[in-house]
Amino acid sequence: MSWLRRHLLLFAAVAVLLYMLIPNVVVAVFSFNDPVGRYNYTWTEFSTRAWTNPCGPQGLCDSLGLSLRIGLIASLIATVFGTMIAFALGRYRFRARSGTNLLIFMPMATPEVVMGSSLLTLFLMMGVSSGGLAITIAHIMFCVSFVVVAVKARVATLDPRLEEAAADLGANPPQTFLRITLPLAAPGILAGALLAFSLSFDDYIITNFNASPSSITFPMYVWGAAQRGAPVQVNVIGTVMFIAALAIVLVSQLLTSRRRRAAA
Amino acid sequence: MPAWSTWSSMAELAVLSGGTARPPVRRANWVPYALLAPGLLWLAIFFVAPMLTLLSQSLQEGSVEAGYTFTANWQIYVDALQKYWPQLLRSVGYAATATVAALVLSYPLAYYIAQKAGRWKNLMLVLVVAPFFTSFLIRTLAWRTILSDTGPVAEFARATGLTDLLQALALTNNDSLLSSKFAVIAGLTYNFLPFMILPLYASLDRLDRRLVEAAGDLYATPWQGFRHVTWPLSLPGVVAGTLLTFIPATGDFINSRLLGNTQTVMVGQVIDAQFLRVLDYPLAAALSFILLVMILALVSTYVRRAGTEELV
Repeated sequence: MSWLRRHLLLFAAVAVLLYMLIPNVVVAVFSFNDPVGRYNYTWTEFSTRAWTNPCGPQGLCDSLGLSLRIGLIASLIATVFGTMIAFALGRYRFRARSGTNLLIFMPMATPEVVMGSSLLTLFLMMGVSSGGLAITIAHIMFCVSFVVVAVKARVATLDPRLEEAAADLGANPPQTFLRITLPLAAPGILAGALLAFSLSFDDYIITNFNASPSSITFPMYVWGAAQRGAPVQVNVIGTVMFIAALAIVLVSQLLTSRRRRAAA
Repeated sequence: MPAWSTWSSMAELAVLSGGTARPPVRRANWVPYALLAPGLLWLAIFFVAPMLTLLSQSLQEGSVEAGYTFTANWQIYVDALQKYWPQLLRSVGYAATATVAALVLSYPLAYYIAQKAGRWKNLMLVLVVAPFFTSFLIRTLAWRTILSDTGPVAEFARATGLTDLLQALALTNNDSLLSSKFAVIAGLTYNFLPFMILPLYASLDRLDRRLVEAAGDLYATPWQGFRHVTWPLSLPGVVAGTLLTFIPATGDFINSRLLGNTQTVMVGQVIDAQFLRVLDYPLAAALSFILLVMILALVSTYVRRAGTEELV
């Protein structure tokens, strides 16, 4: 009975994992398709044409470049802002603490369509034109909260006695921060930065409200292309992103477990 | 890089249950305010202020060409509700259905990873976040392939009578799975599953198994043990997960646009079209504001109920 129950749970878990992963597999498989007509929805025949010419469709690689640039700038600035807030929350006592928490929480509890459209009304009234700058401003805005949460979680686990020890050994506050606090918080900061980058890179809804015809990000390109049949190269980019990110995560996993074993 | 710990800690913040953190150690001076200033200022200008301009825009009259003047035209809210209440209700209905479906699907997986997976735990967690590594739009488009009329899923559904069942439940209009209520809700469920799994995992991972064993020692059946020990202790995860699924699902229009039909239009789609194609800014702003208020009301009611009745 308990054997059956344990395995029933395993089957359910595997089924849900399959539900989550099948689309990724389909994306990869259909990157080798040679579709008849415009739509890459049914399998026709095996071809590596898209893989050998990933930038073939007009505008695809430009949009990819723009998304990478916006992602880098937005995640960098959001990481700096978010890390500063996380340290304030994790290390200091101050008034307006619950207000700060609320302001950090709200962007995560607001539908993207509301954030995107409200920002559009602000930009309309201020006369800021749509385009790369507006998109970057928007991305920094919705990434900051996620960085705060990632870094705060790490800061909360740091032992304040380590900093006190550094001070006892004669380090001044900037030295303590640079040599002790920052290296210890680095994994959280890195996690926050990566999260911010992936959120920015993948955002369609908010970007859509602030983009101009000359600032087509990769998700916007995919959306536009989907209306008239997305080229196979879109699947190639999706597959490369998937494999690259999976590789990064698995390698970092391996490194941490090896380091942990070495430390033990 | 433990990406899932980021997501789960995010989930913890979502219910503002972050009281577990070590109390801050230093007393107030100018430093914390200096640290807070740039980020909070950014949020004030580009998150809070836009809510006010959104409200203001909704109360203006005019046109894109002639410009707008503020006329405190509250009537627009009545008009918006009269015209678009089906889309608003539908958005809440679809999002709620997808949230329940995601909870039912996620719980066994999260429980397995937290309590049974052993050395496979990290690998399974990587697989849970792995879908994120491919663009959301590309994955949603993949569902068009998976559910297409000639595909194996559609054939299987026809052979097992699932198609007839879905049709009887009015989830599909004909014997095709695509472009239907079913496809939209399945897409919403799929897209937000990791947001449900990770907070559930975080709370189930902290669960002390000895408590469940103690319940068994006191003659609780496995079901009673689950009902009275495991489930209540996982509630913070349930609350966080349902919020992180329900909120984005309500405003989403990618699934309803790519997987639905004209009968499955959600409110996000209307806001998008009114703002960017029809260019009726006041109406679009009013709808957007209604969506915001509606979600805040639903979420605060939900959190308060969950907080007072079960979380304490």
